[in-house]
Amino acid sequence: MEFWRVPLDADTIQVSRGIVHILEDRCKGCGYCIEYCPKQALEFSTNFNQKGYHPPVVIKPEECVNCHYCEIICPEFAIFSVESLQTTEVEQART
Amino acid sequence: MQEISVTSKKQPRHPLDDLIRTDRIPHIWCPGCGIGTVFSSCLAALKESGIDLKKTVMVSGIGCSGRAAGYVKLDSFHTTHGRAIPFATGLKLANPELNIVVFSGDGDLFAIGGNHFIHAARRNMDMTVICVNNLNYGMTGGQVAATTPYMAKSTTTPAGNPETPFNLPLMAYASGATYVARWTMLHTRDLTDSITEALCKKGFSFIEVLSPCPVNYGRRNKQKPLDMLKLYQEKAIIKNHADPSKLDIDFEKGIILGKFIDLDRPTFIEHYDKIYRPSRLQENVSGLNS
Repeated sequence: MEFWRVPLDADTIQVSRGIVHILEDRCKGCGYCIEYCPKQALEFSTNFNQKGYHPPVVIKPEECVNCHYCEIICPEFAIFSVESLQTTEVEQART
Repeated sequence: MQEISVTSKKQPRHPLDDLIRTDRIPHIWCPGCGIGTVFSSCLAALKESGIDLKKTVMVSGIGCSGRAAGYVKLDSFHTTHGRAIPFATGLKLANPELNIVVFSGDGDLFAIGGNHFIHAARRNMDMTVICVNNLNYGMTGGQVAATTPYMAKSTTTPAGNPETPFNLPLMAYASGATYVARWTMLHTRDLTDSITEALCKKGFSFIEVLSPCPVNYGRRNKQKPLDMLKLYQEKAIIKNHADPSKLDIDFEKGIILGKFIDLDRPTFIEHYDKIYRPSRLQENVSGLNS
């Protein structure tokens, strides 16, 4: 994540990181998760799933902030994110 | 003996998989249909509210959203057309311990089941009604419904709908509902919070959820599924405690969302027990005191 200026309380704020899991064979390719991902971390895959739809694929795994929006907007129970235990970029930048 | 080492990658489990019948997934809803989102939001709310899921029943009527009762891994019943609320009323009266969720569509709850809705709200039956409003009869091929906006096109009104649609929150309020809210499937977090609140509330709670129907409504009105969501995003005005008489759905003016009514009124069972079963009431009171 790029900061225009580093916030003063950046050392106390924890930006969570997530890992996106996609259950490809449940997807029907509506694209809601791709459109509404706040970090634009998803894109349509060029592959087909069992039913012939293009499921999403994570193109920027490091951008995911574990907001769960893809999980709650997905009508198919086909995508979800779990928290990753990586340290945040701000912390990395400070150390 | 040769050891078989299979490094099969175990498929990860979705957090809501314990509440759905996974053998029936993928469900029948079309790509881009919002019912799946409303359903998952309802399941998330059931989990979040902390109510006893062993004593929770989901009832649904006929229509696309009626299929929800078959996908949920709780006690559930898929009733005949329009009769979700009478069935739920019977369940509640026979076993007042149950938490009842009615999950159905606008055609089922407000066209053929309109009277049942009015009278359950009037009696203040203790249940939560979630109405997925997709603005037409989706399952039968996109005919005009009681909620289709003025001048919207449908199979039976190819030049535009000449009728005025229902204002559902006003009807719920006028009939006596104690909790009335409206959201769209895009406002998923607000919707989940609202359903959680309604589940924990005593009395008749009604939540209307606007949801796209890309195949039958969207196609005839030149709206792709994403256009519909963008329209929700642009036109939504969140206004809690708005006047229910000003909540008509007009995409030109903007659609008002929010929690409109939150009242407390004695439920039907409380009134009934007071008059006809005073002994049970005393038992309950002594049960609370002991």
